[in-house]
Order: sequence, then C-alpha cells, then structure tokens
Amino acid sequence: MAQTNRIPQGGRINRAVPLTFHFNGKTYQGVEGDTLASALLANDVHFVARSWKYHRPRGIITAGVEEPNALVQLESGAYEVPNARATELELYDGLSAKSVNAKPSLENDRLAVNQKIARFIPAGFYYKTFMWPQKMWPKYEEFIREAAGLGEAPTVLDTDRYDKRYAHCDVLVVGGGPAGLAAAWVAGRAGARVILADNQPELGGSLLRQPASIDGLPGLEWVARIESELAAMPEVQVLRRSTVFGYQDHNLLTICERKTDHLPLARRQGVRERVWKVRAQRVILATGAHERPLVFANNDRPGVMTASAVSTYVRRFGVLPGKRAVVFTNNDQAYQTALDLYEAGARVTVVDPRTASYGDLPQQARRRGIEVKYGTVVSHASGDLRVSRVTLSRYQGGRLAGDAGSLDCDLLAMSGGFNPVLHLFAQSGGKARWDEQKACFVPGQSVQAEISAGACNGDFSLARVLSGAVQAARRSLELEGFALPRLPAWSVEEQGEAPLLPLWLVGDRDKVGRSDKQFVDFQNDVSAADIYLAAREGYHSIEHVKRYTAMGFGTDQGKLGNINGMAILAEVLGQSIPETGTTTFRPNFTPVSFGAIAGRELGDYLDPIRKTCLHEWHVEHGALFEDVGQWKRPWYFPRNGEDLHAAVARECLAVRNSVGMLDASTLGKIDIQGPDATTLLNWLYTNPWSKLEVGKCRYGLMLDENGMVFDDGVTTRLAEHHFLMTTTTGGAARVLNWMERWLQTEWPHLKVHLTTVTDHWATFAVAGPNSRRVLQKVCSDIDFAPQAFPFMSYRNGTVAGVAARVMRISFSGELAYEVNVPANLGRKVWEALMAAGAEFGITPYGTETMHVLRAEKGYIIVGQDTDGSVSPIDLGMEGMVSKAKDFLGKRSLFRSDTRRHDRKQLVGLKPLDPKFVLPEGGQIVAQPTSGGMTPMLGHVTSSYFSPILARSIAMAVMKGGQSRHGERVYVALRDGRSIEVEVCSPVFYDVEGGRQHV
Amino acid sequence: MLQITCPWCGARAESEFSCGGEADIVRPLESETLSDEAWGDYVFMRKNTKGVHKEQWFHASGCRRWFNAERDTVTYQFIRTYPIGAGASGDSHGAD
Repeated sequence: MAQTNRIPQGGRINRAVPLTFHFNGKTYQGVEGDTLASALLANDVHFVARSWKYHRPRGIITAGVEEPNALVQLESGAYEVPNARATELELYDGLSAKSVNAKPSLENDRLAVNQKIARFIPAGFYYKTFMWPQKMWPKYEEFIREAAGLGEAPTVLDTDRYDKRYAHCDVLVVGGGPAGLAAAWVAGRAGARVILADNQPELGGSLLRQPASIDGLPGLEWVARIESELAAMPEVQVLRRSTVFGYQDHNLLTICERKTDHLPLARRQGVRERVWKVRAQRVILATGAHERPLVFANNDRPGVMTASAVSTYVRRFGVLPGKRAVVFTNNDQAYQTALDLYEAGARVTVVDPRTASYGDLPQQARRRGIEVKYGTVVSHASGDLRVSRVTLSRYQGGRLAGDAGSLDCDLLAMSGGFNPVLHLFAQSGGKARWDEQKACFVPGQSVQAEISAGACNGDFSLARVLSGAVQAARRSLELEGFALPRLPAWSVEEQGEAPLLPLWLVGDRDKVGRSDKQFVDFQNDVSAADIYLAAREGYHSIEHVKRYTAMGFGTDQGKLGNINGMAILAEVLGQSIPETGTTTFRPNFTPVSFGAIAGRELGDYLDPIRKTCLHEWHVEHGALFEDVGQWKRPWYFPRNGEDLHAAVARECLAVRNSVGMLDASTLGKIDIQGPDATTLLNWLYTNPWSKLEVGKCRYGLMLDENGMVFDDGVTTRLAEHHFLMTTTTGGAARVLNWMERWLQTEWPHLKVHLTTVTDHWATFAVAGPNSRRVLQKVCSDIDFAPQAFPFMSYRNGTVAGVAARVMRISFSGELAYEVNVPANLGRKVWEALMAAGAEFGITPYGTETMHVLRAEKGYIIVGQDTDGSVSPIDLGMEGMVSKAKDFLGKRSLFRSDTRRHDRKQLVGLKPLDPKFVLPEGGQIVAQPTSGGMTPMLGHVTSSYFSPILARSIAMAVMKGGQSRHGERVYVALRDGRSIEVEVCSPVFYDVEGGRQHV
Repeated sequence: MLQITCPWCGARAESEFSCGGEADIVRPLESETLSDEAWGDYVFMRKNTKGVHKEQWFHASGCRRWFNAERDTVTYQFIRTYPIGAGASGDSHGAD
C-alpha cells in the first residue's frame, strides 16, 4: 500500500528498506527507521484508538513516551505486550498490532455509544451510581472493567529472558540530547566513569527534530562527532534504547535497556530486556521537556497533535501528517513546526493568541508568506474520525472576544509551551518550583547528588542548553574531585524569542461543561468540565482531584495533561499554580515489564531450593516432596499406587510395630562452643542447662521477649564447653540470627562461638521397637543396652564404618535413635541402615507420617500448633519454665494477660465420629451454628487419622481448654455443618510414655 | 535502595542488611522486680523519631556483624555508622 504521506527525501529513515506490518488486521508498509506511529501516519492512518471511557475516536498525538492515545496490543502469544505506545515501537518487518479498548473493531466499536451519553457520566459517576446495593458491586465491576479499559493481560507464558546488572559510576547522565551529550563529553574528558542512558535508538534528542548549527556543523553532525568521541573514551558507556525509570534513594537509578524489541520476532535471541541498577556518585538529569497540548473543544480529534510531534514526524521520519495544517501556538517554538510543514509542502496557517511576536522564528515564518492570525485562538475542532475544520475566535484579555471565522484543515499542530520532564528530579526527593516567566515547573533545590541541565532545567534555547550542561558537568566533576578538562565553548547562534502567553483553557468559563468536551487528560477522558465539577463538589487538593477525576492515572501518568489540569484547577479555585502544586511523581517513569523486574528469579530460581544429601535416594524410591522453608522434604513414599492416606497408614504402623527411618537432615543445627555456652543456653531456653551432663540431651523451648514460643528442639552436650543445638527446619536461620544478635548487642562479654552446621551433617531418625536391633547390626562400638545408652543421651561411635554421633531421642514416642554422620557420607550410611533393617521391614517415612506420629503423642510443631501468641503455659509446659533463673521472655509470663485462665490453651480433640478428620483451621464453637454470630472458642491446629488408634485425632488451641477436658464442643465447617468433638488431653497414645524408655 | 556503610566492610547495598530497630535499649537486669508497665515499656515501646534516629543494623548477607547507625528518618541519610559500644566518641564512618 502506498505511503501517501511519505516525504520523498530527508529524515532519519532508510527508504531503501521497506517493512511490512499489520495493524488492526490490515497490511501496510513502512520503512526502516520508522516507529509504528510514523509508519501509520505515513499511510495517513490517524484514527488508531478509542478512548478509555467515552470510546471517542482518537489519534496519535505525540511522538514519544508521553503518548496517551496510541496504545496497542502488540503481537500475540509469548510475545504479546499490552498497552505498547505506537510512538515508541520501532517498526520491524512483520510487526502486528491492534488497538486496545475497541470491540469488535476500531471502526465498529460497540461502546462508541458512550459518546452520546457522555454528559451523563462525568467524573465521579461510577462512585455515585454503583454504591448500592453493595452486594451487586461484583457485577457492576465486571461491566465497568469490560467497558473501560486498556490492553489485555497476556495469557501465555512470556518465553523471553530478562537480566539484571549492577553498576557503579562517577557520573550518570540521563538523556542523550544536546545537554546529555555535552555533559557526558565533559565528564568523560575528565576521566570520570560515565554512563549515558538514552531511551531512543539513536542519540540526539531534540536535535533529531530541530534544525541547529553548532560550531558551524549541522546539529546531527555535531551529535555524530560527540558520539564517536564518547565511543573512544574507555570509561564512558553509552546505553541506547535504555529508559531510566526510577530514581531511588542514595543515588540508585534503575534503567531498563531494551535489547531485542526492535527486531523481527524470528531474529530475536538472547536477553530481551536488562535492568541496570546503577549507583552513581553524581547524576546529571538531561531529560528534556514535553510539549503541552492546548485545551479547547474537541481537542482530541484525530489529526490534532502537539507541534513538536508534527516536527518530529516531518523532519525525523519523513512523514507529512497533513496537507492543510493549522498551527495553534502561544509561543515562538511552534513556528518551527509551521516552517517544517511549509517546507514539506503543506498549506499552513498559524493561530496565535498573542497580539504579536517579534522572535526570529515567527519572522522567518512571515517572510515565507505563512499566514499568521494574531490575537486569535482555536476554540473548537470539527470532524469525526479526523479533524476537518477549526473554529477561530478573537482573543482579548484572557477571554474569547467574538467569532473569527473558521479554517478547513486535516492537521492541527498545537503548542501550549513546554513542561520540563521533572519526573526523575521529583523521584529523587526534589520539589519543583514554578517559574512564572517560563510558565512551567522547573527543578528546585537538589536533595540527592544530582543536577539538572538543558530543557528539563527550563533552558529552552540551544545555546543555554549547551552552556548549562557544561556547567552541570563541571560542578559534578569538582564535587567528585576530578581535575577539570579544558571546557568546550561550542558556538551556537542565539535566536531571539518572544515570551509565551500562558493559555490553559480556551473558551468561556461559564460554558465549560455545556459545550463539546475540552480534554485535559486524554488517556483518562478527563475534561476541563470534570475538573470544574470536582472543584464544585469540594475537591480542592490536587491529589483529591486526581483521584476523583482519574486525571494523571494510566500508562502515561499525566505526562501530557497534568500541568494543564493543575492550572485549570488553580484558576477555578482562584489561587496560583504553585499554591495548587503538583501531584506526586512516582516511579516508574514509563511502564516496565514484569519480566524485567523479575529478571531470572523465576520458577525454580525464585528462591534457593535446598535438598538433603539423600534427595536422589528419595526420588529413586518414589517420594513425593513437600516444601518446608526452602527445603524439599519427602512427604510420603507411596508404593504400588497408594494414596496419601494408605501410604501414611503403612508408614505409621511400620514405626509403631517394627522400625522406620526418616531423613531429618533439614533440622537446623547450631554448633555452640566456648566457656560461656551454658550461660547463653540458660538465657535462650526456659529450662536450666547448667547441670546437664556431658553426653546428655535436653529438649528446650525458646521464647521471644513477649514470652511466646518461637522455636524448640533438642540440644546435646557434646563436651564441657561444646553443645549441638537443633532447631526446627524452618526456624534455623531465625534462631541463629536471634542468638547472634543477643551475643553481639547485649552480651558481647560472653565467650561463645556459634557455627551453623545444618548442611554439614546428615541426620536420620531410626524409630520403632526394632530400631535398636537395626543399629546394633551396623554399629559395634556403642553399647546399645538400655541402661548403658538411656533415653535422652548421646554416644560417639562408628555406624556402617562412618564416625557418627548417635542420640537416643524420639519425636514419635517409640524407642528411637538419631544418627548424625558427615553429609558427604550420608547416603552410604542410610543405605547400610536400610539393608540392616530389611529383615525387620524397615520403612522410609516422610513428614506426613512424622506429623501423625508426633500428634499421637501430643508433641507440638512450632508454627503449626503455635502462632506467635502461645506461651509455654498455654501449651501446658509450665513445668519447663525455670523458677530459679531469668531467661528471655520470662518476665512476660507473669504479666496479667499471660496469666489469664481463659487464654487459648493446647488441647486434644476427638471427633465423636472416629472416621471424620477435622479440617485444620476449623473454628471451635460451643453450640452447632446455624449462621449468625457465635463466639469462637479456638481453632484446630493439627488433625489426622491415627492408624494405630484407628480413629481421627486433632490438636487445637481453645479458650481455657486445659480445664475443659471431657467437655463436648463443636467444630464449624465451611459447608455449614458442625462436628461434635470431645475435648481431651493432647496425648492420645502411650500416655505413660513407656515405649520410648524400653 | 539505601547504601549503608558497614563499619567492617564499607559501603554496601541495603539488600545485604536488615534493620533491628531502635538502638541502645538495654535489657533490664532484674526483670522480675519490674512493674508490668516498666517491662512492657522495654518490650513494646519504641521511639518514633522524625529526624535523626539511632538504630541497630545487621550485615546479614555480609560479615554478619551488628552495628549502630544514626539515620535521618525523613531524608534516609545515614549520619554515621559505628560498632556497638563505640558510642559517641567511637570509630565511626560518615555517610559518604
């Protein structure tokens, strides 16, 4: 298809390389160097979108990141990107995109009818209308979300790879326009480590759209010279296609570098995007400025664009967006657009509310014979899918002063002046300052080590841009102690310029809301009337107006419209613009893909996966795994298609009747050595440790200072000054941190060393009445006779030829031993034990069986049966609370609240139906519930079917539970049923505890 | 992300550290003699300083040492970091 708007020569495009692309199902051609937006305009496609709320036809309005309208759903499947800005998408062969928020198609949009009812759905409409009945909100929401919308979230996994990189530099320069290039060049010359980041594929910034002469060179030749000199500086790194999207604390800036998005899908390989996290000593912000639209009726018609965008399309992309153009401007800069259009062959009329302008550009325009209508404004645009005519009014003293005819046109270039891009400055903590003369916010006092240069500092002439940038670089270098290089004095012809005339809202103030809409925020369909309405309804803070009208939300975050909106609000409220202020600029400057944020920390790489030295054995033997903290633990070992229930029953009975073996290597292990080790343990645990003999083990409860249980485990005295502490699997790191903290901050005088040895030792629990016989077969140097090796003691020995620490401890209530061997030899010893146990039917068991066995005995699991609000007294373990010594958390056990008798206390529950297994988390109530409010007495913490008891059992915490054994209560289920249960002791099996002492 | 100067390791990214809250809270020695209120003060009550705040930091993914810092809670600037016990006159590291 012909590119009817393509200019024969000029621009930064390569006409020799045509590219085919698809938009809304139609096929077009563009050329290398195009953006999707410029290629569409080359094909005279202005109407590209439907607006968010009213579904009005919308066109491309800008040529950059601030684009509010031309959002597309790019590609599909694994490459799908919602809400991509056509103005930023570099065209590649085969690109395919469609408009967002238009169904079934852009031309036949079902909700285009919203335009007709627009006056009935102003700002706040949804808030006011859909408040009741409250339960209908989910339905309303579904409809509203369907109607009001942007792109659709992709449904297919993104297959691209993303990366992160950390970097440090002396000077980070943000922006590769004339200011950024000049600053980077000076800093680079001084030998500083410099990173220059620019979001475009090629450097040059505003010089890509503006004619200029620097040192007698055309602007872009100067850019090429600087670029090649930067490339020759070894400490200077230039990042293209790289958007600095966040200015964080302590001069950390985040950059998203796009590596492959400009390539055809088939040619993409490697990393798609790389996030740079740059800690910069100094930052020079050279982020440029965005042009303001003008606010008049129907200013959103396709074909209405900012003047600088029109110049960009003409000069950079070789596209003439319209042939009969009106340039509506309150300043001199847009006269360049008039000249650009004129030179490209368009008919141009300039409409300027000022009474005259003596600047160089307006003079040039007049000399070329371009018609200029002074003291005139565009008050209204007509046309449906494309602007076709504008209505003019005379403009006097800030008011419309009568009809001034109309002009037919197919393009309206508007300019309300420029807003410095202050986003990064504001994110750095700086406050913007209103510059009355320039009618824009400029950077105020710096908070972090940054300095602004160029248009983002309010310098709009090239001469001042360059000199300001050199000074910014000089200042940065001085502060960092660099010797200054010879500073350049690039010569630029200074242009005479007349001041702009602030123009925030064109039209009679008393007719706002009663004529066609005057849009302020195009993306969110916020018009001047909405701001008037918000003010009338009492929303006077700009932050409130933002939230009431939605001005400044969305993917462009108000880049285009916010300042106009603030100025309009200021006028309505009769206050100044600085009094009205700006909303908060937050990261990210432009949307960043989730992929870039996640980087490689996805799936298995999200968090470390820890496996014991027996992991492969477990896999080979069919284990299913569960995650415990970062650990993979065998959950159960199904045989012959057993389900969880059958496998666990078999494993439980094997332990109770013969012998089983559990991989307990994941238990946290902390090696404690030093003469003050006992003192430390006495502080950490509720029970006393001084008299524990060498070779003995003891169970301990650890409390926080609030008196609540936060870990438990068995600690063994290996030698006079040497202990091995075990912690819960999930609590190992927390406990070590806790101990180190006290040692370093409160008791630095204690002579104790702590070493984590969790990974160094493989630990197996050999449990069951036959465990002794199994161990005797593989260990000849330990006397396993009951009196020689009693319960809760420890021996050194050789198990299967490997030096081992063997503890006689039990978490199942059976005769049991814990075998610890160096992890590298773990599998060998495990296999020897399995072989030795074969004659007894030794059965590997997993965490589920471990849980059932310990619950049968009423042993708690910290974090399951406790939740940070459970004290030892609540657990019925007051006997473990030493009266003779102080320990962490002790005093809290004597507060009135911890002494209450109606605290939730650990109990057992037996459902009257012995087959019914209660759901964990189920709420305990006194009477069967039938809806309505019922006091909750507590909740189920652990619940299983006990194979040895052939009935269901549960542990629970229940108000005053310790004195309520024997009572009948109910557990309320989600389906409305209430299950009757008997409250009992949490010890269900072998109450006397004889089995572990045999 | 803050940049924090560990007194032993130098300037490192905040992600290597964890903050332990207010510094210089001494655990009462004879806790059983304290009133509920005095004990509650020690366990629960913390300053909510606007401005320079003394706090404990832990170089968790580094040297695993605790240290003290003076940090402005408004600007997030670290005035200095120093080993615990070094106090006002101790060996300290400025923010830059």
